[in-house]
Amino acid sequence: MNNLGDFVVIIVLLMNLMMLSSSRIRTCIRIVAGQGILIGCMPLLNDFHLILPGMVISASLSIILKGFVFPWLLFRAVQEANIKKEVEPVGGYPLSLLIGVMIFALSFWLSTRLVYTKPLVSHLAAPVSFATFFTGAFIIVSRMKAITQVIGYLLLENGIYLFGAAFLSEQSLLVELAILLDIFVAVFVMGIAIFHISREFDHIDTQKLSELKDSIISKQDI
Amino acid sequence: MYLKIAQFILILILSPFLFGVINRTKAFFAGRKGSPLLQLYYDIFKLLRKGAVYSTTTSKFFIAGPIVSLSAVLTALLLIPFAGQPALISFDGDIVLFIYLLGLARFFTVLAALDTGSSFEGMGASREVQFAMFVEPALFLSLAVLTRITGQSSLSGIFSNARMSSWVTYDPLIILVLGALFIVFLAENSRIPVDDPNTHLELTMIHEVMVLDHGGVDFAYIMYSAGIKFWLFGTLLVGIFLKGYSCGQVTASVVFILGMILLAVIVGIVESTLARLRLLKVPHFLIVALALAIVALIISMR
Repeated sequence: MNNLGDFVVIIVLLMNLMMLSSSRIRTCIRIVAGQGILIGCMPLLNDFHLILPGMVISASLSIILKGFVFPWLLFRAVQEANIKKEVEPVGGYPLSLLIGVMIFALSFWLSTRLVYTKPLVSHLAAPVSFATFFTGAFIIVSRMKAITQVIGYLLLENGIYLFGAAFLSEQSLLVELAILLDIFVAVFVMGIAIFHISREFDHIDTQKLSELKDSIISKQDI
Repeated sequence: MYLKIAQFILILILSPFLFGVINRTKAFFAGRKGSPLLQLYYDIFKLLRKGAVYSTTTSKFFIAGPIVSLSAVLTALLLIPFAGQPALISFDGDIVLFIYLLGLARFFTVLAALDTGSSFEGMGASREVQFAMFVEPALFLSLAVLTRITGQSSLSGIFSNARMSSWVTYDPLIILVLGALFIVFLAENSRIPVDDPNTHLELTMIHEVMVLDHGGVDFAYIMYSAGIKFWLFGTLLVGIFLKGYSCGQVTASVVFILGMILLAVIVGIVESTLARLRLLKVPHFLIVALALAIVALIISMR
């Protein structure tokens, strides 16, 4: 329960809220990258003698991947698909901000139901990691553009990592490395997929993907 | 007791000065020379010498508006502690009275605006009330967080130095509350991201449009109560910021006043560097304050 850990965790939470209220995709990518760097530092915030070399390696790997490689891939996808702004979600951004706050309240309640066997970096780490997880899930369901859904996916992963980092056990970090690899492949594939979708359809609005191309042509014929 | 009364009178005299500081800061950023630091005093004295003109369509509410607002704001000033010293009046739960006094001031300003029957003033009144809907819960919840942190339910208790030592362990919370209160402060004083105090286009004005029909003494009251209101919300911010700063009473007062002047400079910088938000975007900005306050409250509940 040190102050620095609390501080970092609250910044992570505020980044979730910023993400929910921002309509620019480039800002969203920057936020998720910053969050990845902060969360990557989390295991290192503890007492010095508790830090193991394995933790340092996995933390630096996750910082490099989430803070620099993923944003680079996403920025490239954004540039190739030429997208700037997300379409307005249902209810607008203020509503999704308030939903973010409600998600945090829910996560807080959820975290009080858990029994912790190990000391946490910060007592807020568990609720904030749940909140990050659910915020990511909420972004995936509420936003229309495929790229924002990839960002939501990354946010979801940040939440999982934060939960593991808060418990400071090496095993969870090993699992985390495997997840990181999965995510890396996923973001890589999604970046290419988004580029192809935007080339084929001139947009990456996922709601319109269900319309088949043939039917659009046949409507035009009529 | 005498010292407290002296401090109260000092605040009454000093509060319009801060607007001069804001205007000077804005002038500095715009490369102008700017109006004198004491401009608001000149304006108030000029207006106090003039008579007021009342439209035939207005009723007693129009006359009552500025007077009730000023007296409500002055009563709220009695509850606010100065430089860590307890206020003139303080009892448990005076936070609620403080917020409702500000609500009363707003209510009468809105009534007076509606009483003129002008469509522009009605528009301003509607906007003011709409934005208050987001600002007041944020203020309420921020003060609730402070109450939870300190375990005191009076403003003097919250801001008195004796309890300040317990604040250190809650630092991240304090920053959240400061953020929420700063947005509330900008909105309540109709400062730039929310409202532009210098604009004179009726379609975009919020607070200024409501007081267009007031003149003479009434307008002096309105200007003066704006100064007092600035001081009220500024005290909340500066009081939190100077937490745990303890020294002699005179030094503390000087530091506090310097803090208020610094706050005015910060407002001036915010006003010169930010553009006014579109009216549709303002609720979004205010909801940020609400969200910060709710998050702080949830964290303080653990």
